[in-house]
Amino acid sequence: MGQFFQLQDLQVIIPELELAFFGMLLLIADLVIPEKKTIGWFALIGIGGSAFSLYKLFGREATLAYGGAIVVDSLAWFFKLLFLVAAAITILLSMRYLEVEREHHGEFYSLILFATMGMMFMASAMDLVTLYIGLETMAIATYILVGFLRGNQRSNEASLKYFLLGAFSSAILLYGFSLLYGFSGSTRFLEIGNFLGSAPPDNPILLIAVVAVVAGLFFKIAAVPFHQWTPDAYEGAPTSVTGFMSVAVKAASFVMIWRVLFFIIGPMRPYWIPILTVACILTMTLGNIAAIAQTNVKRLLAYSSISHAGYVLIGFIAGNETSFSRMGMAAVPLYLLVYTFTNLGVWAVVVALRRKNILGERIDDMNGLFFRHPASAILMLIFLLSLAGIPPTAGFIAKYYLFAAAVQSHHNVLAVIAVINAAISAFYYLRIVVAMFMNNATETTGMDLSAGVRITLAAAFVFTLGVGLYPGPIIELAYRAISLQ
Amino acid sequence: MDFFNAHILTIIAFWPLVGMFALLLIPKESKNAIRWWANIVVLIGFLISLPLWFQFDVSKAGEMQFVEDAVWIPALGAHYHVGIDGISLLLIMLTTLIGPLAVLSSWDAITERTKEYYAFMLMLQTGMIGVFMSLDFFMFYVFWEVMLVPMYFLIGVWGGPRKLYAAIKFFLYTLAGSVLLLLGIITLYFQYPQIASTHPEIAAQFGAAPTFNILAFQAMGPFLDANLQWWVFLAFFVGFAIKVPMFPFHTWLPDAHVEAPTAGSVILAAVLLKMGSYGFLRFSLPILPSGTHAFVPLMVGLSIVAIIYGALVAMMQPDMKKLVAYSSVSHMGFVMLGMFALNPNGLNGSIIQQINHGISTGALFLIVGIIYERRHTREIAQLGGLSSVMPKYAIVFLIMTMSSIGLPILNGFIGEFPIVLGALEANLWWAVAAGAGIVLGAAYMLWLYQRTMFGKLDNPANQNLLDMNWREMATLVPLIIMAFWIGLYPKPFFDRLNAPVSRLVETLHKSAPDMHAQEDRR
Repeated sequence: MGQFFQLQDLQVIIPELELAFFGMLLLIADLVIPEKKTIGWFALIGIGGSAFSLYKLFGREATLAYGGAIVVDSLAWFFKLLFLVAAAITILLSMRYLEVEREHHGEFYSLILFATMGMMFMASAMDLVTLYIGLETMAIATYILVGFLRGNQRSNEASLKYFLLGAFSSAILLYGFSLLYGFSGSTRFLEIGNFLGSAPPDNPILLIAVVAVVAGLFFKIAAVPFHQWTPDAYEGAPTSVTGFMSVAVKAASFVMIWRVLFFIIGPMRPYWIPILTVACILTMTLGNIAAIAQTNVKRLLAYSSISHAGYVLIGFIAGNETSFSRMGMAAVPLYLLVYTFTNLGVWAVVVALRRKNILGERIDDMNGLFFRHPASAILMLIFLLSLAGIPPTAGFIAKYYLFAAAVQSHHNVLAVIAVINAAISAFYYLRIVVAMFMNNATETTGMDLSAGVRITLAAAFVFTLGVGLYPGPIIELAYRAISLQ
Repeated sequence: MDFFNAHILTIIAFWPLVGMFALLLIPKESKNAIRWWANIVVLIGFLISLPLWFQFDVSKAGEMQFVEDAVWIPALGAHYHVGIDGISLLLIMLTTLIGPLAVLSSWDAITERTKEYYAFMLMLQTGMIGVFMSLDFFMFYVFWEVMLVPMYFLIGVWGGPRKLYAAIKFFLYTLAGSVLLLLGIITLYFQYPQIASTHPEIAAQFGAAPTFNILAFQAMGPFLDANLQWWVFLAFFVGFAIKVPMFPFHTWLPDAHVEAPTAGSVILAAVLLKMGSYGFLRFSLPILPSGTHAFVPLMVGLSIVAIIYGALVAMMQPDMKKLVAYSSVSHMGFVMLGMFALNPNGLNGSIIQQINHGISTGALFLIVGIIYERRHTREIAQLGGLSSVMPKYAIVFLIMTMSSIGLPILNGFIGEFPIVLGALEANLWWAVAAGAGIVLGAAYMLWLYQRTMFGKLDNPANQNLLDMNWREMATLVPLIIMAFWIGLYPKPFFDRLNAPVSRLVETLHKSAPDMHAQEDRR
């Protein structure tokens, strides 16, 4: 291990450093540049630069840096790419949207970059402290983003709720972390993992630690019964930020779960599997059932995102008493990547529905969208089918992997519940389809298709259908991610 | 031409989709251009499928022909693998025949959103043909599901007053069944490597890696654990039985049929329902022989209930279309009864009856559609005495009624007779129930005919009805020809079925050594 900090350690965090640098640069630029769109473009350049540095790290062997606090492996690489894509799309969607909301300020873009940087550290963390700091960097930036519509009561309320519950859950998580540290005497994942592997597993305090950690993690991914904050926060937040939360923040929380479950409490698997299974079933089912009753698209998608988190949990449950299923492990990054593209496509449509004086959030506001904007409606249809897991879309391939992982490891009941849920979810996605294609247009029907929205829709379309028809390369990428090379 | 011959199945399947993309380029205002183009596409689709019939090697009807195989998703072992035997040949020919008739029948009926309508019809055509030719289970599932979307739109946009309800019910019902089917497929997928590792002859032919190859699944079928077969059969059962539909999963069907536009009903009845029965034939029976034997009592019981119940409900319907819809439930009960007699006669009859049902019920929906376009009602009480104003219509209707009730020299008889014979070989009471169903079937169809065609023409709205025009004749004449062809000279059809059916029966008997003992006991 040796010296804690070595100069070459800097190399592996260049993508994060670039984001931090650009984030601060933008804050200064905000003072001198009156045209806020320009700042958005600068932020995109920062993301591009970061992505380029990340690209140069591709194919490198897994490296531990900072004395084992940070790892750069294929899993981290995969998720960092996902975060950068999500951040870039969020910025593209926000440029026009914030103008419509009359809240266009330069610090929005800085906050996105800072949040992304936090996520990237979460993906790389191999140490409890690093993980927690990454998490809080992301979370605090996101709290502010949720409340970014200063004049809007809903946005303020959402931000406060999100902040209070987020802080509460962070505290629970931290409590669990401190117990783990107290037991093992180390904050390094691998050392704690080794310790737990040899410690008597039925120690009650250890179990409390595991429960606290798992509960904290459940808060972050909005698993039932810790999901209540989600609909309010998603509804109140600026729409582009909601999209960002539903994909990037969620993916970051999942990579955190991935690391914690596999590296730290992996040896305690028989103890947390039942907790995870119950949470998984409840999350899928309640998320879907609650979504059926929604009339507000943002709330509907919030519940839909809850249920999707439930599906992803299957990936961790798959496997036997002591070992994980490789297929399930690969399904997690695969599902999250597919969900990122598909869901951002959906959110792009919702963003575009917001126009001057028109909120565009009700399902009714999508009535007859096909007649006004046929191309967007067809793309939305494809994204919704992908969310429902209907072939030939990417969503089907991703769901297939989760279901197959469950069947392979003989979680048959879980698999049946999961597929039934997939069928239920089709019901509320179809409600949007009915509105778009079968109802007549109303005065509020319409879209504001900015360049950013168009780019997002195109990217999401190519990905959703491309992966659906030819999924080979993306599946290989997901398997490469979990190989931890 | 070599390219055409080497990829004939692919071309037949994807030609309508190619035609659909071309159709999207036509501006939506030029409705006639769209209609012409859609009709030309499906007609060419039929013509290019004709070589299948002639080039199909009847002496090897039990083996897959025109096979194409390419790796699709290497990580999963999924292939683009197509091929047809005698059974799929008949069903594909039925699909390519019904397609043009359904599209042609929509000419006057669909006046709004024409472009989308024909686009969905063409997409549907590709999906249906794909289902019948897939030899890879993953690919089969993709086609199976893809078809839901265009059918959902056809019902939901161009349907009757309760179209939204019917469309969603159709979609959710079928989807719920399909996802369980998917779990069954996944289970087989993971079983394959285990079976292959203990049975070198299977591994030698299909490889040791996990696969979705349907032929590999059929080869491993007899070696699968009986308990596992039971569960997988159950999963398949839900998926396929909803599609057939078997009692008690049939409730989506009357809604979907009544609300769908005429062409939608025709396709639904003539082709979509066959996907369920084809699923049983192609997957459940050969892959899960011992599961099949275990489920025979349930399957036969539900089929008999469907036959009688469907017929009784049909008799009470005041609406022509609903009557035909329930007659579908009854007729598909025959199909399933014949199939689960598990003997050559029953299976042959079951498959022929699937084709027959496509022809006669497809025609009956067209016939109902013709009167609906003129009167905007399907209520039987509003009609009556039509034979005096619409003589051609009355004759066509009569032929199809006779075909539907199984009068000799028409096709229905050729299907029903072997089914009853097969049922009789298996169990006397099954045959009695089937016989009762035939009698009831004759009753409700003849009563329908009598109430609509004969009697006094006392409703003034009916007095000036126009007889069928050339376009409507064109949609029905091919079906009449088919009805007579099968009725008078069914040998070409049986020739193509005998080999695959005897193969199927052989598989089923091999895995049930005690079945003969059971029969002796009876």
